Amino acid sequence: MRPRGSAEQRLAWLLCAPAVIAMLAVTAYPMLYALWLSLFRYDLRFPGERHFVGLANYAAVLESEVWWRSLLNTLMITVGSVAVELVLGLVFALVMQRALVGRRVVRTGLLVPYGIITVVAAMSWRFAFDPTTGFVNGLLGLHGAWLAERWSAFFVIIQTEVWKTTPFMALLLLAGLTLVPEELLRAARVDGAGAVQRFFRITLPLMRPVILVALLFRTLDAFRIFDTVYVQTRGAQDTATVSLVGYDTLITRLNLGLGSAVSVLIFVCVVLIAALYIKGFALDLSTSGRGR
Amino acid sequence: MKAPDRAGILDRLFWGAGSLVVLGYALVPLIWLVSLSLKRAADLGDGRFLPAVVSTESYAAVLHDPQFAAALVNSLGIAAIATALAVVVALLAAYAIVRLEFAGRRLILAAALAIAMFPPVSIIGPLFNLWRSFGLYDRWAGLVLPYLTFSLPLALWSLSAFLREIPWDLEKAARVDGATPLQAFWLVIVPLAAPGVVTAAILVFMFAWNDFLFASALTSTNQARTVPAAIAFFTGSSRFEQPTGSIAAASVVVTLPVILLVLVFQRRIVAGLTAGAVKG
Repeated sequence: MRPRGSAEQRLAWLLCAPAVIAMLAVTAYPMLYALWLSLFRYDLRFPGERHFVGLANYAAVLESEVWWRSLLNTLMITVGSVAVELVLGLVFALVMQRALVGRRVVRTGLLVPYGIITVVAAMSWRFAFDPTTGFVNGLLGLHGAWLAERWSAFFVIIQTEVWKTTPFMALLLLAGLTLVPEELLRAARVDGAGAVQRFFRITLPLMRPVILVALLFRTLDAFRIFDTVYVQTRGAQDTATVSLVGYDTLITRLNLGLGSAVSVLIFVCVVLIAALYIKGFALDLSTSGRGR
Repeated sequence: MKAPDRAGILDRLFWGAGSLVVLGYALVPLIWLVSLSLKRAADLGDGRFLPAVVSTESYAAVLHDPQFAAALVNSLGIAAIATALAVVVALLAAYAIVRLEFAGRRLILAAALAIAMFPPVSIIGPLFNLWRSFGLYDRWAGLVLPYLTFSLPLALWSLSAFLREIPWDLEKAARVDGATPLQAFWLVIVPLAAPGVVTAAILVFMFAWNDFLFASALTSTNQARTVPAAIAFFTGSSRFEQPTGSIAAASVVVTLPVILLVLVFQRRIVAGLTAGAVKG
């Protein structure tokens, strides 16, 4: 590789400048502001009473059962939906790649759940599982009010998430599938490897980086779940997630101090999850594919 | 093409049936919404999947609702502006990351990762406070900015992953054949990158079109309230009546542009996902 000059450095920074500015201005600065606000007793309904309280807001949040329940709920929804999505996403990606007839129709159809607004999807499934307007009870011969009971509400929420986001997973994985050389699979077939063996020995290992990126995005996304829960239960039946708790404290109750402490804690959880992926699975997002 | 043998036919049947199942799974909730939107108000509780009598009364109600029309305009405008900005900004950065050697490459990717991880709920409090003092609260720009920022990682990653797969040697080959750097970039690399750009644009547009958290926290009136917030806060003619039919009709109306988008760009998306076939 030839030596690179400082002109190249300058050009690179110039090209990256808009992205860096946007990221700093809309997330880093507000996040630092949130960190700052979290150290104050600050309620927008009583703006005059703002004063420094140190870490008292954090103590209040960490001692509340609401926070720990919502964290548990969020983790259950995250693990449940992402696990199902990975398996379904792989199946869908394979179907899209292998189907010879109507493959374009399938791809278009699969883009529909991805394209549908989450609020709309949540409404559709809420109406579907509703005991009066819905069809699910009639189909299954049941009479339950799904969203009025904790575990069935979780089921509806997770299944809405799965339906909505599996296409995203499938499309990412399909992109990964196209990177698997067809000759390699054909050669393995000639050597007597079965379809299952080819999938687990060749396709999956070659797709590992793509799968990890897809998983990382979806796990973080699922952890921040807000829209579906807001529309379907609004946190009733003990289904509140951490985002819902943060939103209610900040926007509904206008308690900026306490809400900011919740915000910072959510951020910390998210950092831990990402660290798990990047360190735990050795996911490298910057060097793969360089220098070829 | 050789005639398919017995195993080939079975293979086709298997994947064909798979396609039908996938398609059904993807479309049932949409068909359900369409069906709900076409039911008469009196039939909403009949528990049938398809309407007994087709009626357009829900559409009439929604299309004459000034709040819904305003939300539709807001959503389209805000998402379009955010998409254009995000794709340009991300493409510049992605090119630098993939093609140039510079000290901050890892830093930029780490920053993008930080944004991708970032829980939006963490900054809605500060943004709510800041936007009110900057005059951005309940304004288009107040939503365009967070949409631009939060869709950047997705755009940046999809674009740089895509750019990495481009056979850049072709650029060199074009140069050897006498093309100028600009010609080599414009005539060889851009056509190869275009499907990636379209794919990234669609991802960003759908992100902006879909957002409910910022829209509900940072807007309050028809001036900037977008479709997801409008639908979530829909109230019927009376407070005690759940406007199921209107919500369903509004949902179908806002889903149409997306399906249109997907149909129009389907070819490009498929091309984008199967690009990089040039080898050796």
